[in-house]
Amino acid sequence: MPVSVRIPSPLMKLTKNQGEVSAEGKDIREVLSDMERQYPGIKERLYDEDGSLRRFINIYKNEEDIRFLNGESTHVQDGDEISIIPAIAGGILLSKNL
Amino acid sequence: MSDLDFSEEQIHRYARHIILPNVGGKGQKRLLESKVLIIGAGGLGSPAAYYLAAAGIGTIGIIDFDEVDISNLQRQILYNTADIGRAKVDSAKDTIVSLNPDVKVECYKEKLTSKNIKEIIEGYDIILDGTDNFPTRYLINDACIILNKINVHGSIFRFEGQLTVFKPKEGPCYRCLYPEPPPPGMVPSCQEAGVLGVLPGIIGTLQAIEALKLILKIGRPLIGSLLLYDSLKTEFRQMRLRRDTKCPVCSENPTITELIDYEEFCGVRV
Repeated sequence: MPVSVRIPSPLMKLTKNQGEVSAEGKDIREVLSDMERQYPGIKERLYDEDGSLRRFINIYKNEEDIRFLNGESTHVQDGDEISIIPAIAGGILLSKNL
Repeated sequence: MSDLDFSEEQIHRYARHIILPNVGGKGQKRLLESKVLIIGAGGLGSPAAYYLAAAGIGTIGIIDFDEVDISNLQRQILYNTADIGRAKVDSAKDTIVSLNPDVKVECYKEKLTSKNIKEIIEGYDIILDGTDNFPTRYLINDACIILNKINVHGSIFRFEGQLTVFKPKEGPCYRCLYPEPPPPGMVPSCQEAGVLGVLPGIIGTLQAIEALKLILKIGRPLIGSLLLYDSLKTEFRQMRLRRDTKCPVCSENPTITELIDYEEFCGVRV
């Protein structure tokens, strides 16, 4: 099922400068995998070496942080909006390869 | 507003507050008696401090160890071209006092660390975080939890901004949102990321508004909610923030009880 995924500016280089992309999946995990398929490299930015979502990046389904829903197993449906929201600190770069 | 003892000049200066329902002379008096600390006198701190001074906040503390650089002037409105090379805190004080002599400005030309932060923030009602680096943001968060201070948090990146209010016990803190700062390895470059000139003005003035609301106890402050501003889309969104019952600093059983000086990613400054 297609959902829209909002991309923060630190990651927009990977999505060809698109701030909003479409991805498929029945839960957050699948949606993020589909994102990786479409935009290789994005997974590395979202997950650490142990395969957990990085602690300075939060994923929201609509207005809710998925940590307070079912984490990556949070079910998504057509029309949901997924947002990737990293910590930002000001003029300092957050992630690699910008 | 019988016994509020405003001077004639103050009655005129603050007339638009005094006639405003829910503020009035009493509210203005409260503003004049309040103390707000601005941490980082940069893109966010400049407009926040300037507007708070105009609104008649009685004491404004400013901490920043930097000097004014010409590249600051694209967005840091407290400074003029003639101020290049001066200490930001001194220059900020001049600008504020010439706008409103009622304001007492306390300057701290120093770097905020685990050693001095408690002593500095202790005397203030509200802390406004306008810093540009993660180590200081975590330090401010943890100190505010320990000393029970309200932290009005703003941050910007390129074309986007974030805003929220962390009020201990009532709402989440920064670590509920992001438990740990990014590791230094994730921040390899110290080059400035760039920021659209007016953007910090939007977020900094929103921080100032939240501070006023908190002092005046009016409206609904942005506690438990993260405001995201996308200047390119002209879009404001709000995300719900919740307290993390396992938060390392603000939960019932915190694992962090002492302040931490995180490794600096580079020559970052407060």
